[in-house]
Amino acid sequence: MLLIPCPHCGPRPEIEFRYAGEAHVARAADPGAVNDQDWAEYLYFRSNPKGIHFERWRHVSGCARFFNCVRDTVSDKILTTYPAGEKKPDLGTLMKEAGR
Amino acid sequence: MRFSVFNLARQALSAHRNWPEQWRSPEPKNAYDAIIIGAGGHGLGTAYYLAKEHGMRNIAVLEKGWLGGGNTGRNTTIIRSNYLWEESQGLYEHAVKLWENLSQELNYNVMYSARGVMMLAHTIHDIQVFKRHVHANRLQGIDNEWLTPEQAKEFCPILNIAPNMRYPILGAALQRRGGVARHDAVAWGYARAASAMGVDIIQNCEVTGIRRDANGAVSGVETTRGLIGTKKIGVVAAGHTSVVMGMADVRMPLESYPLQALVSEPIKPIMPCVVMSNTIHAYMSQSDKGELVIGAGTDAYTSYSQTGGLHITTHTLDAICELFPNVRRLRMLRNWGGIVDVTPDRSPIIGKTPVKGLYVNCGWGTGGFKATPGSANVFAHTIAKDEPHPINAAFTLDRFRTGRLIDEAAAAAVAH
Repeated sequence: MLLIPCPHCGPRPEIEFRYAGEAHVARAADPGAVNDQDWAEYLYFRSNPKGIHFERWRHVSGCARFFNCVRDTVSDKILTTYPAGEKKPDLGTLMKEAGR
Repeated sequence: MRFSVFNLARQALSAHRNWPEQWRSPEPKNAYDAIIIGAGGHGLGTAYYLAKEHGMRNIAVLEKGWLGGGNTGRNTTIIRSNYLWEESQGLYEHAVKLWENLSQELNYNVMYSARGVMMLAHTIHDIQVFKRHVHANRLQGIDNEWLTPEQAKEFCPILNIAPNMRYPILGAALQRRGGVARHDAVAWGYARAASAMGVDIIQNCEVTGIRRDANGAVSGVETTRGLIGTKKIGVVAAGHTSVVMGMADVRMPLESYPLQALVSEPIKPIMPCVVMSNTIHAYMSQSDKGELVIGAGTDAYTSYSQTGGLHITTHTLDAICELFPNVRRLRMLRNWGGIVDVTPDRSPIIGKTPVKGLYVNCGWGTGGFKATPGSANVFAHTIAKDEPHPINAAFTLDRFRTGRLIDEAAAAAVAH
């Protein structure tokens, strides 16, 4: 079970959270102008990386807020979490902090 | 050498010391007519049908680890074809029909046992969904029948149908032709038969890149054992499909999740069939060795770790103990995880890709084992003819653009 540091409540066990898929997948500003392939990209296609993954979680049994998380999908180690709406953290700095 | 009573007797004379190797372990050649990436059941089967039905014998199967060591060796071996939509029924029923004669065809005992697969209903919604499946299947000539709780208990006597359970059993859908097979034997049988026809199976050979020519078509693969040229590549890499396809700059509608399973200590036969419950997240059968084989749901998050959280297996065992109270004191021997590639509509992708010469067979999610022969058979056709077989024509990558999804979330039977 993961120990997930909610940016609002601190570290809590995984069972308090719901996973909410890849982060920073933005809905088009003008949906009417989007073609079928780009809709498919937005709805269904995911980067699914073996390594660093930016993802959303929701602390349903705590503050109930969505937030973003950076996790290594090989080791399942969490590098950092940050509130929804903030910019992607710099990966180089994160890796240095994690000592890699 | 064929397995027969005659050869068994002959080898007995030399105390079984002179059986030959079952497949060759050759060095990779400089080039092949086609290369399959991934030596699991689907990949080895594809090579077998390419050689047998399409005469393509100058081909290789590349495997980064050992043969059958991925999800082929990690699943709970359940076989059934009780899916909802006609496209899926055609695909899975094609597989079941091949399973029925597979041991004879491969001259290798895959231990296919049509002992019946029973799916339990615990809510009114379950009843409605499963009855819809029963009717849809029977319209297509696929066996599936509705059982009352008492009939379900008659078919599987250790089942608890007490009305005071937390989630009482309200009925069940039974496919009698469903069952189990020996997962390792499927990989070994296909490998042996393919190797005998000249297919090179190359283990410990990880693909690290896909080469393209000036027109964008594939021209070869870079591997940890050197560059190998080819005009056709079939990717059958299960949980690692997104990674391999990324080497050709093709994005996939896939997410890879850990799926866990476990087995108990072996006991005498107590369970005559397979029982599955999607609603309370558990399924169980008994292997010929006597172990109870138990499957859990997927973990919540994407991962390539091949391990999952213990709370997932604990949750499954809670459900197992409620469904089968007489196994409560059994100890569990082993648990493990595999990485399953899940599509948004829980149906596989089998077909061509935007890159010429690159074919993909993926997205089997939590239920690929049952389809092994059928999937391999139609994928071999797709690679050899450069166009899909009618059975897999609907399972394109393009369906996510056109919106013609094949939603089998209810039939997948595993919680995810």
